Amino acid sequence: MSGKTTREILEDPDFRKLYRQRRTIAWSLTALQLALFFGFVALVSFDKPFLAQRLGPGSTTTIGIPIAVGVIFLSWVLTGIYVRWANTTYDGLVGKVKDKIGN
Amino acid sequence: MPQAAQTALGTLNPIAVLFFVLFVISTLGITYWAAKRTRTTREFYAAGRSITGFQNGLALAGDYMSAASFLGIAGIVSTKGYDGLIYSVGWIVGWPIIMFLIAEPLRNLGTYTFSDVVAYRLVARPIRAAAAFGSLVTVLFYLIAQMVGAGTLFRLMFGLPFEGALVLVGALMIAYVLFGGMIATTWVQIIKAVLLLGGATLLVILVLSKFGFSYGALFGACQELYPEQNVLAPGAMYTDPLDTFSLALALMFGTAGLPHILMRFYTVPDAKEARKSVFYATGFIGYFYILTVTIGFGAMAIVGMNKITGVDAGGNMAAPLLAEALGGSVFLGFLSAVAFATILAVVAGLTLAGASAISHDLYVGVIRRGESNEREEVRVAKAATVGLGVAAMLLALAFKGQNVAFMVGLAFAVAASANFPALLLSITWKNLTTKGATYSIYTGAFLAVALIVMSPTVWVDIFHKTGKAAVLADIEKIDTELAGKLSGTSDPNALADAQAAADAARTAANARMPRAIIPYKNPGIFSMGAAFLVAILFSVIGRPEPNRDKRFEDEKIRTYLGIGAE
Repeated sequence: MSGKTTREILEDPDFRKLYRQRRTIAWSLTALQLALFFGFVALVSFDKPFLAQRLGPGSTTTIGIPIAVGVIFLSWVLTGIYVRWANTTYDGLVGKVKDKIGN
Repeated sequence: MPQAAQTALGTLNPIAVLFFVLFVISTLGITYWAAKRTRTTREFYAAGRSITGFQNGLALAGDYMSAASFLGIAGIVSTKGYDGLIYSVGWIVGWPIIMFLIAEPLRNLGTYTFSDVVAYRLVARPIRAAAAFGSLVTVLFYLIAQMVGAGTLFRLMFGLPFEGALVLVGALMIAYVLFGGMIATTWVQIIKAVLLLGGATLLVILVLSKFGFSYGALFGACQELYPEQNVLAPGAMYTDPLDTFSLALALMFGTAGLPHILMRFYTVPDAKEARKSVFYATGFIGYFYILTVTIGFGAMAIVGMNKITGVDAGGNMAAPLLAEALGGSVFLGFLSAVAFATILAVVAGLTLAGASAISHDLYVGVIRRGESNEREEVRVAKAATVGLGVAAMLLALAFKGQNVAFMVGLAFAVAASANFPALLLSITWKNLTTKGATYSIYTGAFLAVALIVMSPTVWVDIFHKTGKAAVLADIEKIDTELAGKLSGTSDPNALADAQAAADAARTAANARMPRAIIPYKNPGIFSMGAAFLVAILFSVIGRPEPNRDKRFEDEKIRTYLGIGAE
């Protein structure tokens, strides 16, 4: 690593910012994903009748179907949110720090 | 109920052979092309880091969408309905976890295997040995399940002998990996992913066209056929919440601990492409699982449960039977060839991951203490490929005729318990020590295997198979005798006596029923929990790693900025 020492990089305000941001975003999204999936698992375990309800009178579909498909779809959406953030904001900050330390 | 029409399954289908031969010729062609580009370790393990995010996304999907998930989920949905859908959900939710917590540090810290990451700031040798052990156990169970599946599948589909299918699959997977390394393996995955996604999409369009492209009509038809079963709600498979939770844990975190998946992150040039590849992979896999569920319900409505379980009790032939019902023997042939390609691609990826654990982690990391040269390492990796391929064939032969469906679950349980905790803690927790990580891996692996062996799945259904069958036969006999007695008399006292005697006999028979040592089928919550506890406990009570803070800070800079990443 040219130019700056490890300590100097760690104390660089931009590095601290990107470190904090990524931690917050990664763990928040992880928490969301865990809540999404284990919420679904809890419904399967403890409230089967809820999932068995019809969507409406005359409907053949149960609530469980859109919920399960929703968990699949939202899992993908969450990865999309992360990629979008990381490829723009985060990589921007990384570039800035790298410029500063001459790497 | 739609009843047993004839099926061409089990006879050699010329269309299937044609498609299969086309697949083999094109993949071997790619292997030949890749062989000239597979000389260095970087090329052999990581395709020279030349794969784009989109390509790797497809290849990850190809590695992950096994025949177990294609035929298996369609099969469970077609015979049990909603219960199968829960598996598709469980198999996708680990991907975001890989994205948020694993992908970037993995790509930035490691070079070829996930143990590079665990060993990054710890003592390399014991970590390498443990991580290679965790990888190999995962890979072997997964490989055996796929190979036995291949043998059974080809007997069912083409009437090929089990051994013939094993030799064919084994020889091809060795050829891909041995000559073409990661480059050939990646392209085999990509082709297979495109074929599988295309084939499944076509099948779903055919299904939905029968129901006016309305899911409501499809579900309605299923319910009308099986009104006594609530096929659109969770049912019999998830009665014990603890067991369900344990399964959910293994599915979610096992995904993030599969060596052949983790290895794919080294094939892309940087963390940015690694991220993109997870996004694409999650999209493809999610789409694929929605297709398989639709195929399952389609098979239930169009083929019918009786015919599906008549051909294969596990329901694994639901998708091929549906293809035959909708597209005749041509489509059946195409889909059979796709299923074959699916297995082939997955076993190639597994073999490469296993061979890397042997050469990169065990040979170079443990035996040579990190001192080895390129040529030697590639030579060992190639020898390991052949060795592992032959071992997988022999093991699959040893398990012929056994129900090995539990082995995929076991592979996920081991991955979640042995590989994932150590990997996650090595990335996130400063105080993790070599001892903590090493003991955690062994604890997770041994506990996952031991608990499954002692569970009803293995202890009763495999070890005490005859005992269980005898008791079930006794009960059936008691019931028939009772029915005979009941019809032979109308004296109320005699009836009551007969009933009471039968009840007593049934209770006595049930008492002889072999019992599992552990009542839970899924070990995840115990084995993964124990692995985390052991890692934390031994890290806290033991001596901290020398230079702990400095090493963690260096790791942090490399993780977050990618400086020094290969």
